[in-house]
Amino acid sequence: MEQFLTQFFNVSLMLEAWPIVSRGLLMTLLLCVVVVPLGFAGGLMVALLGTVEHRWVRWPLVVYVDFFRAIPPLVLLIVIHSGLPFAGIRFSPFASVCLAFFLNNSAYYGEILRAGIDSIGKGQVDAARSTGLNALQAQIYVVLPQAIRNVLPDLVSNTVEVVKLTSLASVVAFHELLYSAEMARSITYNASPIVMAAGLYILMLWPVVRMLSRFEHRISS
Amino acid sequence: MTAFERFTDAFFNTEVLATYWPVIAKGVVVTCQLAAAVVVCGIAMGMALAIVRSYRFKAINFLIVCFADILRALPPLVLILLLYFGLPNVGFNLSGFLAVWLVLTLVLAAFTEEIVWAGILSVNKGQWQAARSTGLSFTQTLIYVILPQAVRLTVPPLTNRTIAITKNTALGTVVGVGEILNEATTAQAFSGNASPLMLGAIAYVMLFVPIVYFGRWIENRFAWKRA
Repeated sequence: MEQFLTQFFNVSLMLEAWPIVSRGLLMTLLLCVVVVPLGFAGGLMVALLGTVEHRWVRWPLVVYVDFFRAIPPLVLLIVIHSGLPFAGIRFSPFASVCLAFFLNNSAYYGEILRAGIDSIGKGQVDAARSTGLNALQAQIYVVLPQAIRNVLPDLVSNTVEVVKLTSLASVVAFHELLYSAEMARSITYNASPIVMAAGLYILMLWPVVRMLSRFEHRISS
Repeated sequence: MTAFERFTDAFFNTEVLATYWPVIAKGVVVTCQLAAAVVVCGIAMGMALAIVRSYRFKAINFLIVCFADILRALPPLVLILLLYFGLPNVGFNLSGFLAVWLVLTLVLAAFTEEIVWAGILSVNKGQWQAARSTGLSFTQTLIYVILPQAVRLTVPPLTNRTIAITKNTALGTVVGVGEILNEATTAQAFSGNASPLMLGAIAYVMLFVPIVYFGRWIENRFAWKRA
């Protein structure tokens, strides 16, 4: 038991590792601030293009969404980070992560927003158009506000997934939370820094997860 | 060489592909084994937890909620590294395969528990009362009346979640599991050529596109029929 505690919950080691790990935490937050709005904007674009009923728009979009939903994000990240250099395209870890997350997240956010748009009756668009709004204005001012409200839990839940996914950036040596904790672990041969990182992730995400559960149960009962 | 030839030479080099495709195929087998083990164990465990939770023992439910919350809030990669690098220090040696299997199973179980529990709650209270008044016991009501209705509601979200977690088998590459991504990156390093990585990516797409379609079909098939 004591061995377990010193290996996983060594407080003095955690304090020692804190300067490295806290810098990692900052980078994770920075990454989230960049990646979440970027993915959401991409998803918005995908969803809005999805309302265009032209096959030259529709088919490439379906292929795009299905492709990036099918490929694991880590595979995408590694293809971008260590595959593309063979074509002479070299990205920094940060840029690779941003690009991979943009492609992956815009497909996921796009799917969710599309479901939201589908949940709004066609009459809303017709009514909006008849007041003189053009197609894009009708979507932005009339459909989207209602659509987003309808799928808000899914959007939040996907955002939690995105924050969790930022830990993948450690694989391409981007110095975020998990990478810093893993570095501290490899120096000290002690798992406490990773436990600390886990604690930080829980601190960030647990309130959101709890809120989501409450929300789901309220809808169903 | 034209630019196009240079491109195909670096990314779809037939010689390199011929050498390395058996390795990637081996990776496909490992990925499938890992995914199957995770899906079966994770869903079974999640269902069991949701059933236990419906008996409403306070202390046990508290533990279940904690388990589900923590595993939904933690990135799986953090847990995998924790088990893979942490446990040997206290005398447990876990293979990479076991570590990934265990973590993904627990994560899937946590999500399954939450989804099935929401399904159980969504079944009208009158169903409980009616079933109990015919003389069925609590357990019989749960098994014969409530769960069949609850599970139907849970199929679409559960399918999507299962697909998302199955894709995480690629994380195995970080702890040396010989799945597709690991074999592909190793082969890329040996050959100095991006073709094995492309082949690996194609293998993933070929594995998962049908599954994504299946998920979409399930979603439509089990969709709420609105009056």
